[in-house]
Amino acid sequence: MRLLKLVPDNTNIHFLRWRVPFYVVSMILIAASWGMVMTKGLNYGIDFAGGQEIDATFTRSAEAPVAELRDEIEKLGYGDPVIQRFGGANVVSIRTKLPAEAEANAGAAEAISKKIVATIRAGHPDVRIDSISTVSGKVSGEFRNMAIYALGAAMLAVAIYIWVRFEWQFGAGALFALFHDVSLTLGMFALFQMEFSLQIIAALLALIGYSLNDTIVVYDRIREDLKKFRRMPLPELLDMSVNETLARTVMTSASLLLALVPLLFFGPESLFGMTAAITLGIFVGTYSSIYMAAPILIWLGVSGDSFVPTETAVERQERMARERSAKP
Amino acid sequence: MLEFPTWKKLWYWGLTLAIAAAALPSLFAVSGLPWPKLLPDPQVSLGLDLAGGSHILLEADQKQVGQQRLESMEESVRGRLKLADPRIDIGDISSAGGRLTFMLKDPSQVDAAREEILPLTSGAGLTGQRDWDIKVEDGSRFVLTPTPEGLDQAVSNAMDSAIEVVRKRIDALGTREPTIIRQGENRIVVQVPGLDDPQALKNLLGQTAKLEFKLVDDAAAPSDVAQGIAPPGDEIVPYADQQEAKIAGAPALAVKRLGGIKGDQLTDAKQSFDSRNNTPVVSITFDQTGGAKFAKLTSENVDKRFAIILDGKVLSAPKINEPIMGGSAQISGSFTVQSATQLAIALRSGALPVDLTVVEERTVGPDLGADSIRKGLIAMGVGSGLVVLLMVAVYGRFGIYATIALVFNVMMILGVMAVMGTTLTLPGIAGFVLTIGAAVDANVLIYERMREERKKGRRVIAAVENGYKEASRAIYDANVTNFIAGVLLFAFGSGPVRGFAVVLIIGLFTSVFTGVTLTRMWVADWLRRARPTELNV
Repeated sequence: MRLLKLVPDNTNIHFLRWRVPFYVVSMILIAASWGMVMTKGLNYGIDFAGGQEIDATFTRSAEAPVAELRDEIEKLGYGDPVIQRFGGANVVSIRTKLPAEAEANAGAAEAISKKIVATIRAGHPDVRIDSISTVSGKVSGEFRNMAIYALGAAMLAVAIYIWVRFEWQFGAGALFALFHDVSLTLGMFALFQMEFSLQIIAALLALIGYSLNDTIVVYDRIREDLKKFRRMPLPELLDMSVNETLARTVMTSASLLLALVPLLFFGPESLFGMTAAITLGIFVGTYSSIYMAAPILIWLGVSGDSFVPTETAVERQERMARERSAKP
Repeated sequence: MLEFPTWKKLWYWGLTLAIAAAALPSLFAVSGLPWPKLLPDPQVSLGLDLAGGSHILLEADQKQVGQQRLESMEESVRGRLKLADPRIDIGDISSAGGRLTFMLKDPSQVDAAREEILPLTSGAGLTGQRDWDIKVEDGSRFVLTPTPEGLDQAVSNAMDSAIEVVRKRIDALGTREPTIIRQGENRIVVQVPGLDDPQALKNLLGQTAKLEFKLVDDAAAPSDVAQGIAPPGDEIVPYADQQEAKIAGAPALAVKRLGGIKGDQLTDAKQSFDSRNNTPVVSITFDQTGGAKFAKLTSENVDKRFAIILDGKVLSAPKINEPIMGGSAQISGSFTVQSATQLAIALRSGALPVDLTVVEERTVGPDLGADSIRKGLIAMGVGSGLVVLLMVAVYGRFGIYATIALVFNVMMILGVMAVMGTTLTLPGIAGFVLTIGAAVDANVLIYERMREERKKGRRVIAAVENGYKEASRAIYDANVTNFIAGVLLFAFGSGPVRGFAVVLIIGLFTSVFTGVTLTRMWVADWLRRARPTELNV
């Protein structure tokens, strides 16, 4: 049986020849992402902004009366509701953010949600309330802090682990690659104004794990090659390591995508944002392992001596022998 | 590395099959097949976002606990010093600024007053601190300041009894299997599966149900009352219902601050109908001391009005036509049958020691949950199918080993979850899919390495051996970093997100076991049996 080969044997692509232009482009993308986050802002869901979200199905109509609902809810005076079709044509998600003045009031979100549910029920007897989520200003504030701590702590912790297992340059490189991945994903969420919720934080943390997975595989090979080919110029060596791991990189990314894409299309609607973030992260993470994490080692001055013990095997044996004989 | 003694093989197979078998009851349940009754049936419990139900986070107002302590301390001090022998007269009592201050009329009684007050305080915390700090300023001014330790203890006690009350109220609604847990200093998590109307539950939990009976001060000038100015010794209490206010012709009522009684000494409360006009009311029965107090209040104040006050709002203010001696009474005030029933439940279960506010709610209907499971299973099936196709197409025989490992992997994750009693949530489904996609990474690393080693000219067995050995370093490091990210996600995350972390973390362990250890055992067997001269990988 002939087996399928996604990547031909013995590739020799000069990935790192273009490292400077790629770095420039990536830096611009990172800057643009943060610019986007600053100016357009993230479209915070109720987890982070507070407020309420109701999913409702209109069981006896083909289409949900969106305009009517908007009128009814606007009359309550809690600002513009965001009403979106969600799955079927007769299913809607109704979201209102917490008014700024109500943020300190613990019970405000709950009171608003109660009124809206009552209003919808009164106007549309065929409605089925599928889900209600209410988050008060205080709780959403805690979620915001929690998200920042979790992301920061995860990035630092894994960078320290890599520093301990490899060398400090590798830790710094991995941290930078992660920063790149998280920045670009945030930029995408700002650009397309996709809802940013707790699930997206979970996706970002998973993304950190998997992007790092890639980086580690490449780094592990670089470390191995550094020990083997001590005289080889670093850019050439990095190219070699990336090429050697290329088949694995492509295979793993492909299998992750094959698993995730069906979830994007056939999965529950409420997992769409999370799945989209992880899927995007796989592209960004694979790219960053090759173009962000590897070239930075050149600039941070990794050399063939980084993993070589300071004494040779013979010297070590001699020292051990001396120490043994010194003992009475 | 390719040597597997029989005991090791038995141990690996035993472990795999035992854990995978624990997944069977859950799989039977999903497919609707009956599971033999004689066998144990650990099942993966579904989160509320999949099974349907309500998650409600309640928060207590800590400041209110402090305020109440201050008020009851004021009452105790007044009562105690009045009864002292010789009587100790005080004046200028104030509870402003979070502390209680008062002046002694006769400064020579300082020591006697201290003797009287000291028993009102008690020890708090482990450091021998007391719950109140007593100071005397300028010879005759007493200052009682609550200590932080005392306040913490009071909040803690209030939360303990609040949980009791919450539990009684939920039980009264007849809900099955509620989970009620204290969270942090001042929060309570309530989780109730499959509720038709979570609003009723929220209303019930949000009601403090502090019932008071206070005498109405009919002498108060209506214009003052309307402006919220209380005559000395009175307080202004607003009406609960617009209808009642309209009948009374004022938005609020002036009542005497002292001399009322509390409605916490009840033995029963139930919804009934007023015999005169057939409107819904709540009938209450006092216990013996409560009944005696109520009889005294009503017999001393015939022809006057008393206000029935619930949570700081006037329900109604009936006239006392005759002394009520039997220890039972009726609470009237614009009720519906539903709201009267609810108040009856709230009163039966006792008042909450502190106001609770719903600060977070997540309710999912059972239909949506079932839909999510169905869609999640379809996506998982399609995704795994595609991954398996790719693996078999690229790695042939080794792809089949990876596939069998993947099946055991999924079964083992479910099995571990069932035995450990962890919960599968909606994001947990995403965790499963992600684990399926990522689990084969270990196999990919190993197989690619084997291919490389073979190309370098190593013999078949050496290539396989080196493949496993050289790849294991990267597999180890990658799993440790993923583990770090997963643990942080679990530590910081809440409910559903934790479910995602749980699947990822369990999946890391089972992936390494099935993807590396089991496949190595199978490959070793095949090498020994078939003695291949070429690796088709």
